[in-house]
This record gives sequence, structure tokens and C-alpha cells, in this order.
Amino acid sequence: MQEQKPIVIAQDVHKWYGKFHVLRGVSLTVNRGEVLVIMGPSGSGKSTFIRTFNALEEYQKGKIEIDGITLGHDLRNIEAIRREVGMVFQQFNLFPHLTVLQNITLAPIWVRKRSKAKAEETAMQLLERVGILEQAQKYPGQLSGGQQQRVAIARALAMQPKIMLFDEPTSALDPEMVREVLDVMLQLAQEGMTMVVVSHEVSFAREVASRVILMDSGLIVESGTPDEFFQRPQSERTRQFLSQIL
Amino acid sequence: MSNNQQPNNPKLNLWRDVRFWRFAGQFLAVLIAAIVVAILWGNLNRNLQQLGIQPGFGFLNSQAAFDIGETLISYAPSDTYSRALLVGLVNSLRVMVVGIILTTIVGITAGIARLSDNWLVRKLALVYVEIFRNTPLLLQLLFWYFAVFLTLPKVENPISVLGFIRLSQNGLELPGIQFSPEFSTLLIGITLYTGAFIAEIVRGGIQSVSRGQWEAAASLGLKPGLAMRLVIFPQALRVIIPPLTSQYLNLAKNSSLAVAIGYPDIYLVASTTFNQTGRAVEVMLLIMTIYLTISLIISLVMNLFNKSVQLKER
Amino acid sequence: MNQPEIDNVPSAVRLSPLGWLRKNLFNTWYNSLLTIGCFWIFYQILRNFLSWAFTNAKWAVVQANFRLFLVGRYPVSQSWRIWIVFGILAIMAGLSWAAIAHKLPSKLNRWLPWIWVIVFAIICWLIGGGSGLTPVSTNLWNGLLLTIFTTIISIGLSFPLGILLALGRQSTLPVVRWFSILYIEIIRGLPLIGILFMAQVMLPLVLPSEIRLDRVLRAIAGLVLFSAAYMAENVRGGLQAVPRGQVEAARSLGFNTLLILLFIVLPQALRAVIPAIVGQFIGLFKDTSLLSLFALVELTGISRSILAQPQFLGRYAEVYLFVGLIYWVFCYSMSLASRGLEKELDVGKT
Repeated sequence: MQEQKPIVIAQDVHKWYGKFHVLRGVSLTVNRGEVLVIMGPSGSGKSTFIRTFNALEEYQKGKIEIDGITLGHDLRNIEAIRREVGMVFQQFNLFPHLTVLQNITLAPIWVRKRSKAKAEETAMQLLERVGILEQAQKYPGQLSGGQQQRVAIARALAMQPKIMLFDEPTSALDPEMVREVLDVMLQLAQEGMTMVVVSHEVSFAREVASRVILMDSGLIVESGTPDEFFQRPQSERTRQFLSQIL
Repeated sequence: MSNNQQPNNPKLNLWRDVRFWRFAGQFLAVLIAAIVVAILWGNLNRNLQQLGIQPGFGFLNSQAAFDIGETLISYAPSDTYSRALLVGLVNSLRVMVVGIILTTIVGITAGIARLSDNWLVRKLALVYVEIFRNTPLLLQLLFWYFAVFLTLPKVENPISVLGFIRLSQNGLELPGIQFSPEFSTLLIGITLYTGAFIAEIVRGGIQSVSRGQWEAAASLGLKPGLAMRLVIFPQALRVIIPPLTSQYLNLAKNSSLAVAIGYPDIYLVASTTFNQTGRAVEVMLLIMTIYLTISLIISLVMNLFNKSVQLKER
Repeated sequence: MNQPEIDNVPSAVRLSPLGWLRKNLFNTWYNSLLTIGCFWIFYQILRNFLSWAFTNAKWAVVQANFRLFLVGRYPVSQSWRIWIVFGILAIMAGLSWAAIAHKLPSKLNRWLPWIWVIVFAIICWLIGGGSGLTPVSTNLWNGLLLTIFTTIISIGLSFPLGILLALGRQSTLPVVRWFSILYIEIIRGLPLIGILFMAQVMLPLVLPSEIRLDRVLRAIAGLVLFSAAYMAENVRGGLQAVPRGQVEAARSLGFNTLLILLFIVLPQALRAVIPAIVGQFIGLFKDTSLLSLFALVELTGISRSILAQPQFLGRYAEVYLFVGLIYWVFCYSMSLASRGLEKELDVGKT
């Protein structure tokens, strides 16, 4: 019924940390199947912005609608949205006291009320997809950073989300492990998953992004296809930023 | 390490040899300890002789001749001292076991309440913790006993709480169980006192789990209650258990304050035994052995529990 | 670099009182239920307590015995000595605080421990009398005075003993190490009441019959033996917190073990354990209440004897609440001070 409607609609979103104005009126729509890459210097509010999508951060002014549900103070809406939105963190945030398999099956069993066998079956498929099937019985502390991040992606996918948020998924990784995580994300994008990715991985943005956005000081300053963004940026700020990262 | 290469060097003077000093140091320590013990032992024997006491545990088999108010196992004043001490031990263990269970519940509840998003709950928990932590347990026991239990109505018209708990001068009555005022006081006292400390331990443990864990759990759609149960608390446990163990030990040791309100625990029975027989050394050894054994058992059990929690990570 | 944007926060962000209530007390149905439940319990307790405190309670027992609570039967004519003692203590506490926060000239800093030792002696002389002052026997030092006195003396004496035990526990000499461990673990496994019993009953038995310690001294001996074991564990924590590199650096500069200990390890270790020692001080302050079980008339003891006065029989609640308040004020303010100290120490680290 809502297939045509954009999955994320954010209108004039404002947020304050005490007196610090982090988001100063950000508006954005994300369509289904789109892969959006958000770039920007640290402190520009890009992480804060995508964290408002699943209510990890509250916003004080404006409106955010995810999959037709308005995000406000209504706890039920927040829970409903969190079930539909998957998130991958910079620091992985795997649960260190649970095995890889338990990490992945935890939410399907307790939130989606799947049977344990069913959840484990799905989990094993996902682990195969991200290429670490043999690590299922290990604990997160025994895995490399790249493997942990792939488990984190599988954990989010297990909830069968309609959209995946990636908050700097490769920033905490050693250089040689970045590729294995990006490959998984690439594959996911090609399968048609809607993704919002905060990242500075230019190659990834060029390869799969449908749109690239630059945020600075709590505002969106540039938005366009990868070609437009990297070849013909409109604003001076974007040119300056690109000269620093390219 | 260079010393090890010179064992055969005949020129090394004794007083320059590290090994000599290591040996001498230990020898000296043993010597001093031995001299001190010998002096104290000599004094003890002389003093005991003057008092006309023959050391030995034989007195345990003679008749105790005092009554004990509360017994779980059969006892009469005509029984022996060892039987009386056993009654005391059982009474002690009873209050320790029930106390540890209750104080864990109270402590965890208050610790979680300290972090509640409900302002009133948070503040009430804070007030509880700060009041009970910062006053002596002995005073709390005296207060509960003399100012609360003894001023309660007579047993004929008890105060009824929630319909099934009945409070009166005769103590606390649950359907089917009757607790004496002494037992109830001691239990309430050590439970609330230790619970305040456990609350702070639990709060610290929960706060030690990184914010990212909450966020990851939330972003998977786990509600706060489930996130606490499945993700946060199991991790907090690793931080909580070691200090929790020492609180359990404190509770076990503090149960000896029973003497202040006349609950016949092992300490009270032992000191009564001392008053009647004057056998200071033997009674002291008994008290030491019993409490050290109990402490040891609690430590062992908690260490096992700790290991099972810690092992999960690797 | 981005300048942080400081805008005026719109009024919608600042919560109105109603909005605050909604957010903090009634944000979900179960929170509302909890709020109402807690409020009801709180209200019941407060109402019953206040109606008791203003109608049934007879606070005359506190008014009439105020002096007894504080100094007991210490002679009125000599109470100026106590005031001087408290003055000295206040000054010393201030000095120590300043020293820990690195706000004192370093020379004074170095002498502070010795000044404490001298002040100790002066305080004992001021309270006890002798050599010029009227002697006041220890069984007249009662109430809060005795509580504070025994706590300070016991902590003070257990401090060096605790350091020795901690060092012993870390020693490379097995015999010394095992002595220390044995002592520490046995004492920590026993209830304080048992140790005080030992001190009251066993000390006279193992000392030569010419030496007769009075009750107060025996109690202090018990508290010191008890406290030293816990002090040792606190100090050990501090010793372990000193990085190995410190010792190695000092050793490579040619310091011998004793000098390393005195100039490098102990200063750092002891600084780190100051909050823990304050915590122990609070614990001991509360624990002195156990002395009342051995016929000492400190704060808890004196309340028992006040309750034996015929005109105040049965005034348990009033007396115990008042005494509890005194304990609470001391312990709570010390724990606040300890938290402040911890912050100062953190600042000092960087």
C-alpha cells in the first residue's frame, strides 16, 4: 500500500544538545531501494542525523516519518520503527557475553517471537552470506574487527529490516579489513536493500550510491548523484571537503 | 639474575650475597614471630594457671544449663554445651541464608531503581541508599527492635500488611510461618543495610556496560526491560560479583550483631558459654573456626559462580 | 574547524513544569502506575512519621541530654579543651585537603605527616590531661567524643601497620608473604565483634599480669588489629596501581629497594588510595558503635544509658533517630568530601 511512498521523510529536523544546535533544519527523503551515502567533517551532525531515524537520538523540532510511521514520543511507534530499521555501528556493539549465533538470534527470538530453530536456521544462512559460517559458536572477543562487523550486519539483517543504517561502519577497522566489510555492503546494495550509509569510503559511494550528501554544521550543503557530487560539486564547501579526502 | 651466575664464586662475601640476605630476612621474620608467640604463650599459661583453668575442650560435654529462646533443632537446658553451640550455629546459618537471598533481591531492585527513568523512583532509591549506608547497622537493629517491634500491638490485634503479612509484638507472621521479633529484626536489619551497599554495586555495574550496548539492543527492537535482562545485566554481572561477594561476607559476619537484640546465634551462645565457663581461649577458637569456615564457603561458592560468568567471554 | 553553533534554544525544548512531569514521571502507563504507587508509599511514611514527630514524640529526652550525647560525662569545667581539639582537627583537615589538591607549598606538604603525628600527641594530651592539665580519666570520655577519638586513633595507628602488611603481602620472601596473607585473611574472615571480644578477653590473658589496659585501650587495640587488615588491602590496591615502569626507571637510576619504596612507590600508591581510606574511615566510624556491646559509652553506648534514665524510659525512637542523625551527618559529609577528593585527585593526575 505504501510501496510508492518514500521510506524516510525528514522535514526541517532540529536538535539541540543543551545549547549546542547540532541539527539546524535538515530535510531529506529516502526512496525504497535507494543507497544514500552521507559524508561530512566530524561534528557536522551526520551520525546524529541518522541516529534520529531509529530514535537513538531525540529531535526537538520538525518531523520524521519512517515507513509511514511518525517518530515522536510515542513508545509504540518507536518500538515499531526499531523493528523495521537495522543499524550497524562504528564500534560494532556486539554483545560480548553471547556467541555469534546467539547475537544474531537474540532479537528474532525475543522481539519477533520466532522459534529458536527457525531463528538459528536464518542466522546460519545470514552467516554464510557474510562469509563467516564457521565462526558461529565463537564469542565476539575471538573475532577480528572485520569479522565482528560482518556479524553485526548479519545481526541487523536477521530482523529483516526494510532499511539499513550504517554509522561509519569501517572507521574503526584496520585498513586490510575494510574491504571485506564493504564487499558485504556492496552485495547488500545490489540485492536492492535500502541503505543510508555515513561513510567516507569514496570508492563505495562511487560504485553503489544512488545519491551522495554532504553535511556541515548541522545542514545539508550538497546533494547529488555520485557523478555530480564528485565531478561537479555545486558548493565551495564541498570542493574544499573533497580536496581534503581525495 | 647476575647472582645466579656466581654460585661458585668463592670470593663473594657472605654479606654481599643477595641469597644470604633473603635467607636472613626470612629467618629473622620467623625468629621474631616465634619469640613473640612464645612470650604471649608463656603469659597465657601463667595467667590461666592463676585463674585455675585447665585448657581443653572437655567442657563441651558438660551440661549447658541455660535456655535458648529460639531453636530449630530440639534443645533443652540439660543438653550439652556442644548441642547448644550447634543450635546457635543453625540459627546463624538460617539468618545468613535467608538474609543473602533477600538482600540480593532488595539490592538489585534498588540498584536498578537508582537508574530508573522515573524521577520519583530514582530519588526514593537514592534516599534509601544514603540513609541506610550512612548509619551504623547496630543502631539500625536497636531501632527496629526497640522502637518498632516492641511498640507494635499485642498479638491479639496485629497490623496486617497486604492482607497476609501480620506484624505484632510476637514478630512477623506469614501464612504458615511465624518469625520471632528477634529473628525478624535481625533479618530486616541486615537485609536493608547490606541491600543499600549492593544497590550501589549493581548501579556501578550496570553503568560500566557501554552505551553502545544499550543502543545496539534498542536498534534491534528490544524493549528496555528485555535489553536489561538479556544484554546489559549479564555483562554487568562480571563487574558486580566480586564486590557482591564481599557484601555477602559482610552480611554473614554482621549477623553476629544478633547479640545486641538477643537472637541466639552462634556468637551469642558462644559468649554465654564463655560467661558461664570462663574458657576464653577455647570459645575464641570456636568462634574463629566457625566464622572462618563460613567465610571460606561463601568465597568458594561465589568464586565458582564468578568463573562461570567470566568464562563465557572466551 | 566548525565553530559550535550556540543558538537560543526555542522554548519548546525547555520543558514546562507540566512537560517535565510528563517526561520524568508519566511517560508510560507503567511509569505512571509506579509514580503513583511510590508517591502513595512515600506519603504514608511521611504522614505517619510527621504526625508522630509532632504529637506523640517527646523530644525532651534529646534536649535534656544534649551534652551527654556529645561529650558524655567529660567535666564541664574542662570542655574548653575539647573545643580546642575540634579547632585543631578542623585546621588539620583543611590542611590535608589542600595538600592532596596540591595547593600547599611543597615544604609544608612534606612535613604534613609529621605534623599529624605531633597533633595526635597533643590531642591525646588535651583530652586526657596530665602534665599541667587536670587529668580526665578515660571512663569520662563518652558520647560522640569517644566515637570520634577511637576512630581517629584507630585509623591513625592502623595506617603504618596496614602499610607494613601490604608490603609484606607483596614481598618476595615467602615467609613474610605468608605471615601477612594469613593475618589479613584471618582478620577479614572474622566479625568485628569477635575481634573486640578477643581484645577484651584475650589481651589481658596474653599480656604479663603487670600490664593492665583499661577498656578503652583494649577496644582501640581491637579496632587497630581489625582495621589494619582492611587498610593493608586498600594499600595493596594502590601499590598495584603504580606502573611497573616507575620501579624499573628508579632501579635503572641506581636507587635501592628501600629508597624506591619511600620516594617512588609509596607516595604514588598512598595518593591513589586516599578515597578508599576515607571510605574505611567512614566504616570504622560506624563500627565503633559495636564498642557499646563491651560496656563502652560512646555514642551508641551513651544512648543506651540515657534510655535507662527513669524519666525517659521507652523513648527509643527519639533517642535512636537523633543518634542516627548524628552518625548520618558525619558519614554523609565525609562521603561527599571523599567524592570531592576523588575529583581533585583525578585533576592532579593530568
